[in-house]
Amino acid sequence: MENRKIVIIGGGPAGLAAAIAAKKAGVDDVLILERDVRLGGILNQCIHNGFGLHTFHEELTGPEYAERFIQEAKAYDVEAWLNTMVLSLSPDRQITAMNREKGVFVIQADAVILAMGCRERPRGALNIPGTRPAGIYSAGTAQRLVNMEGFMPGKEVVILGSGDIGLIMARRMTLEGANVKVVAELMPYSGGLKRNIVQCLDDYGIPLKLSHTVIEIHGKERVTGVTLAQVDERRRPIPGTEEFISCDTLLLSVGLIPENELSVQAGIWMEAATQGPQVDESLSTNLAGVFACGNVLHVHDLVDYVSEEAALAGSRAAAYVRKMCAQDTAKETLEKENTEMENAESILLHATDGVRYTVPKRIHLVQMGDKLTVRFRVADVYKDKAIHVYYDDRLVRRIPKRVMAPGEMESVVLLKKDLMQAEDVKNITFSIGD
Amino acid sequence: MEQRELICIGCPLGCALTVQMNQGEVISVSGNTCKRGDTYARKECVNPTRIVTSTVKVTGGELAMVSVKTREDVPKSQIQACMRALRGVSVPVPVHCGDVILENVAETGVDIIATKTVEKREGVL
Repeated sequence: MENRKIVIIGGGPAGLAAAIAAKKAGVDDVLILERDVRLGGILNQCIHNGFGLHTFHEELTGPEYAERFIQEAKAYDVEAWLNTMVLSLSPDRQITAMNREKGVFVIQADAVILAMGCRERPRGALNIPGTRPAGIYSAGTAQRLVNMEGFMPGKEVVILGSGDIGLIMARRMTLEGANVKVVAELMPYSGGLKRNIVQCLDDYGIPLKLSHTVIEIHGKERVTGVTLAQVDERRRPIPGTEEFISCDTLLLSVGLIPENELSVQAGIWMEAATQGPQVDESLSTNLAGVFACGNVLHVHDLVDYVSEEAALAGSRAAAYVRKMCAQDTAKETLEKENTEMENAESILLHATDGVRYTVPKRIHLVQMGDKLTVRFRVADVYKDKAIHVYYDDRLVRRIPKRVMAPGEMESVVLLKKDLMQAEDVKNITFSIGD
Repeated sequence: MEQRELICIGCPLGCALTVQMNQGEVISVSGNTCKRGDTYARKECVNPTRIVTSTVKVTGGELAMVSVKTREDVPKSQIQACMRALRGVSVPVPVHCGDVILENVAETGVDIIATKTVEKREGVL
C-alpha cells in the first residue's frame, strides 16, 4: 500500500484549485485522482464565456478557465492520475481505486480532499408519465454530445427546467440549427442566472414559460412531442391549460445533486439542504483529515467561487498534514487534539426564515482566518429585503439587497476580530428580513 | 427622453440597469455596480455585441471537437454569419488554446481562436 500526503478525489475546478493551494502551502506530495481522460472536469464542455471575471478579471470560456488552472498545477508539479476511478474511502483515509495500469490499488492518505462535483437530476427523479422513447437527455448530456463528441441530439427541442445548463443549451442548440420551441419552468421564477435569460433566451426569441411543466411525453421509439400545462401555486397542473408541443427532443435541466456516494460510505455527516458534507470553517468534515470543496459540498453557480473555496480546503489540508508530520508522537496525539477541539467551544451557524443552509456549519474560532466567507442560498425570490446576521439573539448586521433568488448564491464575510470582540458567541443566525 | 431597462450580462451578478436615452443617444446609466455595466449599457443601446462561442471538428485528436470563440465581441446581427462560416471547418491536431482557427470571420475583422488544447490521440482508450 502506497502512502501519500494529500490525495484529491476529482480533477475538476475544485480539485485543481485545492491541489495548487496545497502545493503553495508547502506540501510536496499532492496527488489528484481523476476518472476522466483529462483534467478540468465539466469546464471542458462549458464552451460558453463568462468564467473567471472574479478570479482573472477577464471573461473566459470554460476550457480556457480550466487551462489556466491545469497549467498552474503543472508548474507546481501536481501529480494527476487520469482514467482512475475511486471505488471507496475509509474513515481512516484509505482510498481504494482502479485504473488500467495498476488494476485495483489502495492508497493511505494523510489528508483527503473531496472534489467529486455533482451530477444532474435524471428523468427518473421527476415522475413524468408517458413512454420511454429515445430523445430525452439531461441538458449536460446534450452539452457533452454537442460540444465534445460533435453530435446533435435533435432538431425540434423542448427544454424542461430553466437551470443554467438548460438556458445555455437553448442557445447552443439554436446556434447549431435546432429549433428550440420553449423552455418550461415549474417554479414561478427561473432557476438560472438572469444574464443567461437575457443572452440565451431573449437574444434568440426563445419563450420562457414560468409555472409550466411537462405532464406527458409522447412517442414510442422517438419523442414525438410533449404536453405542457400551467401549474398552480402548489405546483399541480391546472386542468384546461394543457398544450401539445411537437418535438423530437426533450432536454431536462432540473437541478444538480452533489455526488457523495464515497462520502456517505466513509461515514461523513451530511447536510440535508445541500446534500453535501457538513463542514467547519476549514471545510473539514467530521472525519479528521477529510476536507470537501466545490460542487460536492454544495452546488455553486460560479466556478470562481468554487476555486476560491477549494483553495481554502487545499491550504487547510496542507496545515493538517504539516501538523501531523511535526508530531513524532503521531496519530494518537493529533486525533486526541481533534476530539478536544471538537469538544471545545465552537460557534454553530444557523439558517432560518428564508435562508436554506449555510456553508460552513460550524466555526472553531481558534482555527478561523481573519475573514471567513459564509455561503448560502435563499428559499424564494425576495425584492428589497435584507440579509440579517445575528450573534446569538443580537442583530449585528443588516445587508440590504435589491433582489435575491434561489438560483443565485449569496455570501456574507465574517471577520474574526468582530467575533473576538463580541465575546462568547455561541450561535450565528442568518435570515431574511426587512 | 426615453428610458430602457436592461439586465447587465457583463458578469453573473446580473445588475438591473436603467438607461436614460434621448434621440438614440445614451444620456445616463444607473443601477450598475461596476464600470463594466456602464460600458455594456451604452453599447447595448447603440450597437449590441456578443462573443460567439462554438466548436469545430478536429482530426486525429483525443477529442472529436475543439471549442472556439471570437477573439473579441462581434455585432449581434453577425452571430449567425459567424456560425455559418464555422460550419464544415476542420483542423488537424495538435491545437493549442489561443491558436487562430479562422481569420476575419464573416468579414467582421475578428479572428476565431481555439479555447482548448487538443493533443494527438495516443494508445487505446
